[in-house]
Amino acid sequence: MSGKVLLGDEAIALGAIHAGLSNAYGYPGTPSSEIMEYLLGYSKKTGNIHAAWCSNEKTAYEDALGASLAGKRSIVTMKHVGLNVAADPFVNSALLKINGGLVLVVADDPGMHSSQDEQDSRFYADFAKIPCFEPVNQQEAYDMTKEAFDFSEKYNVPVMIRIVTRLAHSRAVVNPGDERAQNEKKKAEDKTKWMLLPAYARKQWINLLKKYEKFAEYSEKTDLNPLFINPDYKKTGVITSGLGKNYYVENADELDEKPSHLHVGMYPLPVDKIRKLAEHVDKLVLIEEGFPFIESKIRGILPQNIEIAGKLDEKVPPTGELNPDNVRPVLGLKERETLGSVEEIPGRPPQLCNGCPHIDSYEAITKALEIYDESVVTSDIGCYALGALPPYSAIETIICMGASVGAAKGAAESGLKPAVGVIGDSTFFHSGINSLVDAVAANTPMTLVILDNWIVAMTGGQETIVPSSRIEGVIKGLGVDPDHIRTIVPIKKNLEENVKILREEFDYQGISVILSVRECIEETKRRLKREKNRK
Amino acid sequence: MKYDIILAGVGGQGVLSLAAIIATGAMKDGLNVRQSEVHGMAQRGGAVLSHMRISDKEIASDLVAKGTASLIISMEPLEVGRYVDYLSPDGGIVTASEPVVNIPNYPELDAVYEKLRKYPDVKIVDSASLAKEAGSSRATNMVIIGAASEKLPVKGETLKEAISDLFASKGKDIVDINIRAFELGRKE
Repeated sequence: MSGKVLLGDEAIALGAIHAGLSNAYGYPGTPSSEIMEYLLGYSKKTGNIHAAWCSNEKTAYEDALGASLAGKRSIVTMKHVGLNVAADPFVNSALLKINGGLVLVVADDPGMHSSQDEQDSRFYADFAKIPCFEPVNQQEAYDMTKEAFDFSEKYNVPVMIRIVTRLAHSRAVVNPGDERAQNEKKKAEDKTKWMLLPAYARKQWINLLKKYEKFAEYSEKTDLNPLFINPDYKKTGVITSGLGKNYYVENADELDEKPSHLHVGMYPLPVDKIRKLAEHVDKLVLIEEGFPFIESKIRGILPQNIEIAGKLDEKVPPTGELNPDNVRPVLGLKERETLGSVEEIPGRPPQLCNGCPHIDSYEAITKALEIYDESVVTSDIGCYALGALPPYSAIETIICMGASVGAAKGAAESGLKPAVGVIGDSTFFHSGINSLVDAVAANTPMTLVILDNWIVAMTGGQETIVPSSRIEGVIKGLGVDPDHIRTIVPIKKNLEENVKILREEFDYQGISVILSVRECIEETKRRLKREKNRK
Repeated sequence: MKYDIILAGVGGQGVLSLAAIIATGAMKDGLNVRQSEVHGMAQRGGAVLSHMRISDKEIASDLVAKGTASLIISMEPLEVGRYVDYLSPDGGIVTASEPVVNIPNYPELDAVYEKLRKYPDVKIVDSASLAKEAGSSRATNMVIIGAASEKLPVKGETLKEAISDLFASKGKDIVDINIRAFELGRKE
């Protein structure tokens, strides 16, 4: 097969297919979504694999575990904060005897291009004692995915692949290799390796610690952790991880002497190689994309006779994304000369689209609240988070997926009224639904406004797990009083009527839910285009 | 050979298809390409930035370093100013003249042009009119590629092939309009 131009995300998807993938699960989240998009497209075209979006990252991970139990290879995809949601099955799965290969792909977002934090998933892998592969380009993303499946089946352990936004969303040529067949169905033989009863789990924990020694041996030997020693230069050595390597390589030609260099592409850390490098040099420079994970381990807290420069002493910027410029100072290189310098230019933040239904929902909510002395509006993760910015300035909290519901509940139970939670349809099914169950149980005086735009809009228009037409039935089923489940259509013409309905529910001293239903305007455009093309 | 480009514009202006055409063209001409782009929340009406790196050697970084870009291609005049520190001392600018005014504090347009004209190698193209002349106001980005094509390390004919490839599924009329837009830009 000849070279293909692929996003980093797509390279992983293709690597998984060529590794003999059978099942793929995930929840949309920038910058990870294109992995599943590619696999869904492949599934639709060929019917060869089972690929599906799930309610959230936890359910996705558990589905993949079931596939592994059956002997099939499975992949789970999510963004970094999604792993917080999937942390329970993720951490515990390290104790299982993985049967069909299981690979988790987590896309971190240093610089927070599209996220609420820049947490580094390598800490999760370390915590769970699960091996982690970290590609630096699209070709490695493809190759490592295949290697990760081999590793998973050889050592019967889940494997994490950690990527970052800049790799996920950048394109280059990938030369694909061999393809292999999928596994036949073959259920795991030993039930005691899949039931984490304390008696069994204790044994499995000891097993994992033994296996971990093997992972460490692999890490010392693999070409993914290449160590170069320059016998003639002992002043400085460099350790890179992730895209830090690319930015180092980009600048290395300008260095007078070529430093010894260890790149870490696979974890657990190659401890012997690190010691060997440290023995050879007076100073270590750490260039890591993400948190100072390797640096923290190397520094420790006791005095040591080697100088270390990295993020912890702010020789490398401790926040945001690395780039070819901000790694120069730690390498002793000056800023490059440029033609122009950037002057003050007004910012151009992302905006709600013209005609977006959220605009009308927020206008109605803000207007309805005008008559109250105090109120609180909690919101959530999705396009509607843009309601935080002027001219809307309609919301007061954005925390994590689903948090709007619980935050409104807790605020209401502390006397803040009206307490209004605002959440999208997909985010509601992801993890808002549980808090609504709590609110029903307590009959908390609050109003939940579900902005139902029929799809997962911000990540590119994926289908919501429960179709719009069934949401009301679900809400009723949870036990919300049908008299206080109201549906509004957020359009200009309905403003007065919508304000009236909102106020009626704000005044109700129990849990009420308002469904604000209108299709995402971008999706309307896409749908009309599809219908036109069909004609 | 190494040729780094900063592609700029506002979400929805077709910056990414513009990038795709140049990247496809460069690959057809046997060059290595890396192209980085922004998805997700940053797309809608916000500032859009794509880094493109073309070389006959291996390319390590997806991002262009400050002071090393050969060219800024922008679909919007104000947006150029955000990235001028990427330009190498002999770098050039090709930008559309038509502003996207979706912010309340957009500066005086003449002042924006005046600042741009201070750079030694700048081309401000009335791409909106030329796109209309070609047959569709949506072909503005093809006019801009045309206007930049003399500078790019990709043959003009190859760029046209890439345009035909990209629009092939939309029928011959659309392909023709986009090729016409490219050629009108190329004459600028």
